[in-house]
Amino acid sequence: MAKSKEILLDPLFNNNPIAVQVLGVCSALAVTTKLETSIVMSLAVIAVLMGSNLSVALIRKFIPPSIRIIVQLTIIASLVIVTDQILKAYVYDISKQLSVFVGLIITNCIVMGRAEAFAMQNTGKDSVVDGIGNGLGYSVVLIVVGFFRELFGSGKLLGFSVFPLVTEGGWYQPNGLMVLAPGAFFLIGIFIWILRWRKPELVTAD
Amino acid sequence: MRSTKYILGFAAIVCLVCSVVVSGSAVSLKDLQTINKQLDQKKKVLGVVSLYESGEEITPEEINQRFSDNIVAKLVDLETGTYVDASEEELATFDQRKARQNPALSKVADDNAAKVGRVPNHALVYLKTNDGKVENLILPIEGKGLWSTLYGYIALEADTNTIAGITFYDHGETPGLGGEIENPSWLALWPGRKAYETKGGKWTAKINVKKGVAGSPAEDPYEVDGLSGATITSRGVGSLVRFWLEDERFGAYLANFRDKKLKGGQG
Repeated sequence: MAKSKEILLDPLFNNNPIAVQVLGVCSALAVTTKLETSIVMSLAVIAVLMGSNLSVALIRKFIPPSIRIIVQLTIIASLVIVTDQILKAYVYDISKQLSVFVGLIITNCIVMGRAEAFAMQNTGKDSVVDGIGNGLGYSVVLIVVGFFRELFGSGKLLGFSVFPLVTEGGWYQPNGLMVLAPGAFFLIGIFIWILRWRKPELVTAD
Repeated sequence: MRSTKYILGFAAIVCLVCSVVVSGSAVSLKDLQTINKQLDQKKKVLGVVSLYESGEEITPEEINQRFSDNIVAKLVDLETGTYVDASEEELATFDQRKARQNPALSKVADDNAAKVGRVPNHALVYLKTNDGKVENLILPIEGKGLWSTLYGYIALEADTNTIAGITFYDHGETPGLGGEIENPSWLALWPGRKAYETKGGKWTAKINVKKGVAGSPAEDPYEVDGLSGATITSRGVGSLVRFWLEDERFGAYLANFRDKKLKGGQG
């Protein structure tokens, strides 16, 4: 059990896929202008990661090594399409905002990376836990970034006004940088900075 | 080392299982998705005449209610510019994209800047009415952007010249660049501008998306700001709007509307 806990919690901070492994940054920049889209994207990635890790782990002994990458990709791509279909059917507006980025989960290095690095060597149960852990690690960054971008970029959280905007008669002048992709870069940079400051063992030696 | 037969067999099984999963989900969720799409389209039609604000919390029933309260759908024969008799059901199921692909229901368009290949004989327009009086005409428009065909609506005031709004509901442009054609603050630049120049009684479609920044509607009635980083998409939007306003498309219909020549058309 101790091992499962470690697999689950390790990717949250110690081995965070975005902040430490620096994977999946592209989508982290694109979908985090609002907290709502960040959360939905996080859930989608967790679902895909769990599914792909589980399926790859279950058939890992049968996958011929020479075509293992393409088999993983086929599985991941199918799961992503299914996820996209579900989003389109049940949360159409959000799926429109996420646009291509749900489809691009296929190219998210986290998913493929975990399938190849973890699920190919471990049991189904451990792989599912690893998938959830890495998904959560990705989600932590997305939600933190989405929180600050929506708060400072549009003065809102989940669509509710927190800081009344100047344009609507309030006092808050929104920070336009936060709505643009570079704003996310700064926030992820600060996140990595704080993480390494709190955990000096993550700093790579020059 | 596994045998080649095993590898091929394995690949085939993986493909088979995955394709069953994918097509299964696509088929079973199709109905829900179609309903969502239709609602979204209704929202866009309502939005282009300011009856719905994007982001507004609204139930599907309210959308349908608001739609049936304010909007009347009409089928227009583009050549004669008159209304075509159509039952409720025909109006509800009319698919302009399908009609355009059907040689019996459409014509090849002349070479045009909007890169529209075929024009349907009939087009589905919406009228926003209030107490039986038409306030806005909502016309479907489409044409090429950079990567994809843009589909949208343009709404005109009852003078058939002043733009009341514009919207795009389907396109495949790059999010953040060409995709900004969906940005509400850009769409808000359109209302109040003039679609046509009316010199000596001749109506010429003139509205244009310029490169750079245009003035207020009073100063620059025929120009809209271009989208930075999306020159070709912007140009496409200008071309396609003009294309649909020309005589061969909605021009004839709009002229009939102005001259009150449409039978039963005012409702």
